[in-house]
Amino acid sequence: MAATPVLPKLVGQRVKRREDPRLIQGRGAYVDDVKIAGMRHLAFKRSDIAHGRIRSVDISAAEAMDGVEAVFTGAQIAEVLAPMPIGTPFPSPEHRAVAVDTVRFVGDPIAVVVACDRYVARDAADAVVVDCEPLPAVVDPEKAMSGESAALHADFPNNVALGPLPSGTGVGRKGAVDDTAVDAAFEAADVVIAQRMVNQRLAPSSIEARGVVAHYEPGREALTIWSSTQNPHILRTFVARMLDLGENRVRAVAPEVGGGFGAKINIYGEEYVAAALSKRLGLPIKWIEDRSEAFLATVHGRDLIAYVELAAARDGKVLGLRMRIIADIGAYNMLLTAGVPTNSMTMANATYAIPAIRATLTEVFTNKTPTDAYRGAGRPEAAYFVERAMDMLARELDMDPAELRRRNFIQPDQFPYKTQMGAVYDSGDYEKALDHALKVAGWERLKQERDAARADGRLVGLGLSMYVEICGMGPSSTLPPGGWEHSQVTVERDGRISATTGTSPHGQGNETTFAQMLADQFGVPLDHVTIHHGDTAVVKQGIGTFGSRSQAVGGAALHDAGGKVKAKMAKFAAALLEAHENDLVFENGTIAVKGAPASAKPFAEVAAYAYRPVRLPEGLTPGLSDEAFFEPSNNTYPFGCHIAMLEIDRETGEPRLLKMVAVDDAGHLINPLIVEGQIHGGLAQGIGQAMIEEVAYAADGQPLTASFMDYALPRASDLPRFELDSTVTPTPVNPLGAKGVGEAGTIGSTPCIVNAAVDALSGCGVRHLDMMLRPEKLWRIIHGQPARSSDA
Amino acid sequence: MIPTAFEYERATSLDDALAKLAAAGGAGKLVAGGHSLVPLMKLRLSEPAVLIDIAHIPDFAGIREAEGLIEIGAGTTHHDVATSTLLRDRCPMMAEAAALIGDQQVRNRGTLGGSLAHADPAADYPAVMLALDAEFHLKGPGGWRAVRARDFFQGMLTVDLAPDEILARVTFAPVRAAAYAKLHQRASRFAIVGVAAAVDVRDGAIASARVGLTGAASSPSRLKNVEETLAGRSVSPGTVAAATAVAGDGIEDINDDLHASAEYRRAMIRVFTRRALDRALARAAV
Repeated sequence: MAATPVLPKLVGQRVKRREDPRLIQGRGAYVDDVKIAGMRHLAFKRSDIAHGRIRSVDISAAEAMDGVEAVFTGAQIAEVLAPMPIGTPFPSPEHRAVAVDTVRFVGDPIAVVVACDRYVARDAADAVVVDCEPLPAVVDPEKAMSGESAALHADFPNNVALGPLPSGTGVGRKGAVDDTAVDAAFEAADVVIAQRMVNQRLAPSSIEARGVVAHYEPGREALTIWSSTQNPHILRTFVARMLDLGENRVRAVAPEVGGGFGAKINIYGEEYVAAALSKRLGLPIKWIEDRSEAFLATVHGRDLIAYVELAAARDGKVLGLRMRIIADIGAYNMLLTAGVPTNSMTMANATYAIPAIRATLTEVFTNKTPTDAYRGAGRPEAAYFVERAMDMLARELDMDPAELRRRNFIQPDQFPYKTQMGAVYDSGDYEKALDHALKVAGWERLKQERDAARADGRLVGLGLSMYVEICGMGPSSTLPPGGWEHSQVTVERDGRISATTGTSPHGQGNETTFAQMLADQFGVPLDHVTIHHGDTAVVKQGIGTFGSRSQAVGGAALHDAGGKVKAKMAKFAAALLEAHENDLVFENGTIAVKGAPASAKPFAEVAAYAYRPVRLPEGLTPGLSDEAFFEPSNNTYPFGCHIAMLEIDRETGEPRLLKMVAVDDAGHLINPLIVEGQIHGGLAQGIGQAMIEEVAYAADGQPLTASFMDYALPRASDLPRFELDSTVTPTPVNPLGAKGVGEAGTIGSTPCIVNAAVDALSGCGVRHLDMMLRPEKLWRIIHGQPARSSDA
Repeated sequence: MIPTAFEYERATSLDDALAKLAAAGGAGKLVAGGHSLVPLMKLRLSEPAVLIDIAHIPDFAGIREAEGLIEIGAGTTHHDVATSTLLRDRCPMMAEAAALIGDQQVRNRGTLGGSLAHADPAADYPAVMLALDAEFHLKGPGGWRAVRARDFFQGMLTVDLAPDEILARVTFAPVRAAAYAKLHQRASRFAIVGVAAAVDVRDGAIASARVGLTGAASSPSRLKNVEETLAGRSVSPGTVAAATAVAGDGIEDINDDLHASAEYRRAMIRVFTRRALDRALARAAV
């Protein structure tokens, strides 16, 4: 008898992504691939000034063009569309999807054209004549809130959108904490570090820009909306509300999504306009964002200023931290705009047992593109501020930066650890991650290499940073749409397994990782499992993919749903095998009585029986399908240690990254290969922020980096070979012990690179550098030249 | 990123392209790789009514040496220039400059002629063409004419190429002792400063030198004072330092933008002049 092939356990294995062959071969179907007979195309006329009052909008020439179906001004759109809602519980000015009387940033929509194709639509948009009275623009948030600038929104004096929020508040936080002890800590300190730091504005830049197809069918009184979104269920909720339809009349579909990086969480005006006009005109409508629009009209990320003060004793023990954060949120509140910077307050404790912290936040309107989530969303900023300050302290104390951190860590026996900001860190072992990173990098040897290079006159620096972040976004008390996830697992009649997930993967690889989990759970081959996602008609419920939550929350829901179906299947198998359901093993595509392999029934045979149970076991219903909602008891808090070595060309100021080491602890890993891919992507974006990326505006609000000719995204040649490793500290808040890893790379990397750059320039009297590391900025420091005003 | 409507025509020969250009009556634009023109069209900064594709003209691309001159067809891609064994052997500066253009996707499509005709002030080739004293061969309704690189580049995006002419090929005497050094703008990979230096070394002395500069000002130019400082002097660090010290002097319209101030560019002209000269002289030594 031939031996039964033994299926390997897949969880923990480096399984290649099942998604990649179709994506690499161009066989994925994105929003722009959706084509419906009679479909019309939208183009938006956008403001080319940063602030102005609309005197008139003349659409007559555009309307008269061949192929133009209709043209709408902001006022006309306002008749069919209420102001846009936001997703945070904060005050927000009225925000129209298409501006009615005032434009507030370059790119603000003024009119919208519906035409037979996107070329005609664009020509017609160009033919819309706008008369705008320019108003003074402000792009500097500190100037905007100073009382000297004109207000963007009438009911928000001094352009203050929110705050100052006191310590411990923000989205999902219980309320202000008593932070009065911090002042005494500063009184008692031997050493105080004080530094203004900027975490600059970035453009998320997914390879697929945004896009939407809206198809309202008057006969069915139902809308289908395809969108390049990270969260179709949230999209459905908001679009249904805006169109006054029941959620049961709206189907939202996220087809292949070519990257989101947080910017596709937001529900955008273009989505509402497409849906509303489809309903109004009774026609399918498509809008595909072009790259020029993406730079203006897709949310930006970061753009925080922090005044950071650190108080410490001579022995390096940190006594207190004060952090006054100013967030430049641009012209409007979008879905999560107001909430994102609150993460920076929440994470002020970092990995350290800092006994007293005051972290406050003020959010400010400026005449720029609105900000919202971008990979990391508040945590990279917090890590940057604290880790830069820690490095400055180490330098002040002439202490090894690793040693300074070691002296301040929250200790493993202190978890769960309640921070000064009211967060409860689930689990952690920071010294383990630090020690492992030092070992992987060869820290002592790198120090020698650096010193030897310096002796040769080279500007070489070494930087280290710790980080801890918030992942597994939930529970519902901390997340406005709810903090759970949903999954349905079905064993089909033929024994193949279908599963849905309410997460909406767009690069995370959940079609692979989730299949690995179910293949192991049911003892079947990987290719017998299919994961469905991104369609509200197929996936009953869901929240979506953001906050590194897919595995920790979505994976847990899948695990629970799979467990329910497996338990039921065991009952059918028990009946067939005349055994007890607890005595069965699911392996190698069979179900057998434990210790009696000869008893094995093919998995498919048991499945078929469940769908035609000629003798239905008592208490059972037919079929093998069940669902689970999973609500975590807390966020997860992954952490790690990143180390960078960098050299600066003395003559040109060009920085070059020589080494990038990342040791990350995301708890249990389902697929280390995919985890590494996530870290790689995150590191690339973190390195991008540290070294080359920056959205810049002229003083009049004109964008200076509105194309890839001026906005630098990292290329492969900008990146060193990444040296990765991990430690494993499981979380107790979900059954998988997995914490989440999608954003980690962006969080630890920026401070360690800047720390390395400051170290490289330590002979030049530099205490701090703001990102990005523009060569001229470094050259001016090296050569004792005053900073350029744009870099000051 | 949506161009205005245009007609597309594919030329089968140089004369066919000229005829199509004439027929378009000033509304036609030649396109080969499209890596300068098409982005401008997408931004609606250029709105030609007719695109005449010259990329498929037989023998429009190619690199060869004849009678002591290298000849490169205008339709030759940057990739083919960068990887040409003939150039790497006989005139390595040309290949190394091409290898620094944009990224691989750009190099696979963009062409020598397109880049030169478009004459972006931060493009790499112009500096190299100036240092090689290259000759551009243009064909128009009245037949052929030749223009020296130094006369071709006339100012900001302005070249000695009439709207009814086609840049067909480039010729130059190969120089081994030449090098191109560039500080790239980190988004576009265009030159913030690019310096091409070609030296003629005889018996340990620099008989003559040609140095081309790009990226720093509104149009590429020869660094005449550097050339004059080098001419007739022995090959030594002192000579290079003396030449470097005057690099950029006298140039008034140094660019000042988001990526680099005029002051920084001025300093980089000296740094990259020295780097180009050092490498050119090192090549002269072998």
